[in-house]
Amino acid sequence: MTTTEARPTGASVPARAAKGGASDRAKAERKLGWLLAGPALAVMLLVTAYPIAQAFYDSLFDYRLTDPENRSFTGLNNYLVVLTDQLWWQAVGVTALITVITVAVELVLGFALAMVMNKALRSIRPVLRAAILIPYAVITVVSAFAWQFAFDINTGFVNSWFSWLPGVDPTTDWFGSFGSSLLVICLAEIWKTTPFISLLLLAGLAQVPEVLQEAAKVDGATWWQRMRRVTLPNMKAAIMVALLFRTLDAFRVFDSIFVMTAGANGTETVSFLAYRQTISRLEIGLGSAVSVLLFLTVVLIAFVFIKGFKVDLAQARGEK
Amino acid sequence: MPSATKHTGRSRARLVGMAASAVVAASGLAACSSGDGGPPVLNWYINPDSGGQAEIASRCTDAAEGRYTIAVSTLPRDSPSQREQLVRRLAANDSSIDIMSLDPPYIPEFAQAGFFAPMPEDVAQRVSTDVVQSAIDGSTWDGELVTVPFWANTQLLWYRTSVAEAAGLDMSQPVTWDQLTQAAQDQQVRLGVQGIRSESLTVWLNALIESAGGSIIAENSTDPEQIQLGLDSEAGVRAAQVMRDVSASGTGGPALSTANEDTTATDFEGDSAGFQVNYPFVWPRAQAAVEGGTLDQSVLDDYGWALYPRVDADTETAPPYGGINLGVGAFSEHPDLAYEATECITSTENQTYYFTSNGNPASDTTVYDDPEVLDTFPMAPTILQSLELAKPRPQTPYYSEVSGGIQRDYHPTAEIDPEQTPQDATELIEAVLRKEQLL
Repeated sequence: MTTTEARPTGASVPARAAKGGASDRAKAERKLGWLLAGPALAVMLLVTAYPIAQAFYDSLFDYRLTDPENRSFTGLNNYLVVLTDQLWWQAVGVTALITVITVAVELVLGFALAMVMNKALRSIRPVLRAAILIPYAVITVVSAFAWQFAFDINTGFVNSWFSWLPGVDPTTDWFGSFGSSLLVICLAEIWKTTPFISLLLLAGLAQVPEVLQEAAKVDGATWWQRMRRVTLPNMKAAIMVALLFRTLDAFRVFDSIFVMTAGANGTETVSFLAYRQTISRLEIGLGSAVSVLLFLTVVLIAFVFIKGFKVDLAQARGEK
Repeated sequence: MPSATKHTGRSRARLVGMAASAVVAASGLAACSSGDGGPPVLNWYINPDSGGQAEIASRCTDAAEGRYTIAVSTLPRDSPSQREQLVRRLAANDSSIDIMSLDPPYIPEFAQAGFFAPMPEDVAQRVSTDVVQSAIDGSTWDGELVTVPFWANTQLLWYRTSVAEAAGLDMSQPVTWDQLTQAAQDQQVRLGVQGIRSESLTVWLNALIESAGGSIIAENSTDPEQIQLGLDSEAGVRAAQVMRDVSASGTGGPALSTANEDTTATDFEGDSAGFQVNYPFVWPRAQAAVEGGTLDQSVLDDYGWALYPRVDADTETAPPYGGINLGVGAFSEHPDLAYEATECITSTENQTYYFTSNGNPASDTTVYDDPEVLDTFPMAPTILQSLELAKPRPQTPYYSEVSGGIQRDYHPTAEIDPEQTPQDATELIEAVLRKEQLL
């Protein structure tokens, strides 16, 4: 009868008990829910749905900001131009590469840091957490500049400090080629966002019941066995949520590219491509098409994670 | 309970009311500052400099004797970002932009979009008298002067006298790029050029093509699909060849692909310095380094200067032209006063002041007769000569597409294929102008 019954939300559970409709209490709860979430929803629609709709509308036009008179409707032509352009696919490839590298490394490092924080003595735990969080508190542009200055051939210290490494000497131009530029960009991203992933994982670690660990210990399980059979399965939801958030984030990487290479040597990412078409070239139509495609890609990633890997956001928050 | 909720409801309403009245008060204040209270305030959007434009603004405010005051607002550091900000505001009919300091390549785009208030004829007459040709060319669009020439920049060939002597180069005669590359290789010194993927690269390529007798845009048009490029012409191929040869010789240093004007200037102060092409700012920069104790006086004494190198020994060079010209915003509430102010800003005295204090060469030719200028810039006559020969970058409303396409295909410069690269760039830029490809 009512659509709410199909939704496995907390509010609908008592509703199911009363046959033929929601109970008064459920109705009141739903009303309260709307009252509480409604204003936020309205604001969200205003600041996200409206610009997205506007971008989609703009993407159907051939529209240059300095030439508004010649604006003309071109249908999906802008999408055709973008999708048939090798530059778009290159940007997608670079973005995917950065995403995979940074998220993989961050997951391992973040997990290690989470373990350290989890095991640290109660007295130093707050200090440790704050120390680990500092990079995440740094503004991305600032951290990008710091890393750029560090690796710069003229002002950087990396070339002299690490000259004992093979392939590093005073004339190593880190931002001169694709591989080395990407390495520095990934390092900066990893340094900056590992704390975020480690905090999410720490929350997951805290959810693993101590009883299970103790039981496994009594049964003579090694550390590795406990990790694989007890810890990891119990925090799967937390890991998937951390991965989801970071993947969505990493796919929109912009600041580091903007500051370090400005897209030179084939390091352009999708969001940088959108920026250049819209802001630098003032081609509002083409740029909006790139932005809409970027948005759809991000939606697709979220969809694949949530449906494909069955990430349950409610479970990760400890609601069930 | 109900009374409690009522209470919070009321206090929220009071809060909203207070916020609203604050907004009203603030907008009242804003209206007051630009309104009928005092003289009209002209907003001058300036590119960042060493404080010269702010000083000129206050001098002109004094000279106006109460008819107007000039307030300066600083734009971002690099010229593409300056353009982005101004375009965004002007596209939204921003009336707060009265005067703007503009990099010349973007002037056609602004003019074509109708972002400039029309220049009165008598003003055009006055501001183009005794002005170097390149600055007039750079201020013109569609046969009309649309901006007021302010200061004009050009690149010179800077050399270490000792190195040139050791290499046996006669610097009183014009030198070619091939000679310089050879000399730098023989002496194992740097030949500083700007190989970074940015405007500087277009500046270099444009100077090379113009020096070889060609142009990046062979046939200009306001219709983007009608623009004919000259990149794969004979001169274009020759320019690509020179660019590749200089870059592949290794004399540009290991960081050539990220070298900008600042890094070349730093290199030229160092031990491996030989030659560089760069703007006159390197002179006050080196002087400051000597005063600061980071550079030896003997190094400064070793500095020499000449006209920009030639591509072919028998063809006159065409050095880069840059600088700043002043545009008056189309949506300004006081265009007449703004034009009056631009005349004050670009007066001979103010240009002399700006040249000697900030190192930005004047577009006014009479400035170069000033003994103070000659004292601060011994190379001033060379700068003037260079400005008369200088050629602007391609003048088109689609400049960023043309320049962006060049930067994409000509970078890194050491990997240019003189037969293929100009053709690739032509195809790319034409496809981008037809909106069939991204950039």
